[in-house]
Amino acid sequence: MKPRSFDYVRVKSLAEAVIALARHGTEAKIIAGGQSLVPLLNMRMASPAILVDINALAELRGISLEGGSLRIGALVRQAEAEGSVEIAKHAPLIAKALPYIGHFAIRNRGTIGGSIALADPAAELPACLLALGGEVEIEGAKGARTVKADDFFKDLYETALGPGDVLIAIRIPVPSKDMRFGFSELARRHGDFAMAGLAACRDGKSARLAFFGVGSTPLRAKKAEAALAKGSLEEAVAVLDHDLDPPDDIHSSGKVKLHLAKTLLRRIAPELAA
Amino acid sequence: MSAHDISLTVNGEAVREAVEPRRTLVDFLREDLGLTGSHVGCEHGVCGACTVRVDGAVVRGCLVLAVQCDGARVETIEGVSDSGAIADLQNAFEKRNALQCGYCTPGMLLAAEELLAAGGTPGREKIREHISGNYCRCTGYEAIVDAIEAVVQARGGRK
Repeated sequence: MKPRSFDYVRVKSLAEAVIALARHGTEAKIIAGGQSLVPLLNMRMASPAILVDINALAELRGISLEGGSLRIGALVRQAEAEGSVEIAKHAPLIAKALPYIGHFAIRNRGTIGGSIALADPAAELPACLLALGGEVEIEGAKGARTVKADDFFKDLYETALGPGDVLIAIRIPVPSKDMRFGFSELARRHGDFAMAGLAACRDGKSARLAFFGVGSTPLRAKKAEAALAKGSLEEAVAVLDHDLDPPDDIHSSGKVKLHLAKTLLRRIAPELAA
Repeated sequence: MSAHDISLTVNGEAVREAVEPRRTLVDFLREDLGLTGSHVGCEHGVCGACTVRVDGAVVRGCLVLAVQCDGARVETIEGVSDSGAIADLQNAFEKRNALQCGYCTPGMLLAAEELLAAGGTPGREKIREHISGNYCRCTGYEAIVDAIEAVVQARGGRK
């Protein structure tokens, strides 16, 4: 199908973006890579009055080390991130996850910030951000703020971003040498949305497990994390029954998804071992 | 909604047109410029029939808006084919029967060329992964992988 009519503005500065968003409120949508938004436009599941195109904003590009964090600009394309030496070195979990996102032609266009801002419950990057304990930098009408990943993902496609906000960058704490990372997902075909997925990291005893595709948002499995901290994989797998309650969807029942989540935890456990 | 003027190059030629913001790049190429080599399939980024290059990178023509391509360098199968850059790949497709109806072929060729242009000698699994976003409903892919693999070997990892 073809999209409904909408207006379009390509903003030249962040200030201009914030003004345009404030003027149009919920009638406006930001377009970055457009790899999730344009399908919704084409299918007429979204019909904004105006698209605010942020692709010209140089300040949203670039990958840099700042203090103890790796800062990834919102407009960094997923393919660019895949080729980034800094991400491979300082955010290996993201490097592991990137090849699972769609197909290369999608990653050539899709952005890091777009994936986080949309917060599809089956998407890879939101779960990585949550597992890594990262942060999101936001610019809005009331100025700049930073939100922790644990507080960012609110509900199905709902985040801490308000209608006037622009996601500027994500920040990932640079890991210690002993940090271990694991990533895996199960999908019907490579590039499809995951039926269930797991992004995880472990530093010494302390582990962070972020499951995706099994709820409305990426989800920490805190009981399983505690069990892993005690050194028991079997207990961690068992208590996933209490951490997760996946709903049924078109791919599978919630029961199957829970089984897949357990399989994923067993599968990546060796990667998390020191 | 008012039309926006865009200036871009398409297959090396300067183009200036007024487009509605809702016009996708593939519809712009086909309907406004008459370049019908890029095909329209699913219109939501799944099938790969609309594959084109924007500023050197392969993208979905149905997931990019024409209005976003102001100042961009767009290449379609027509330009890439006429340049002779993929003549070996096209010959391999023909020789191996890597197409029947041909609907997916322009996208498949551009996808394959991106993998080939990266250099190296990708194996069959890597080739399959790289064309995983391009649907073919005729061949069962085996002949397509054969054709791409033959060109990988013939080019010997040259970029």
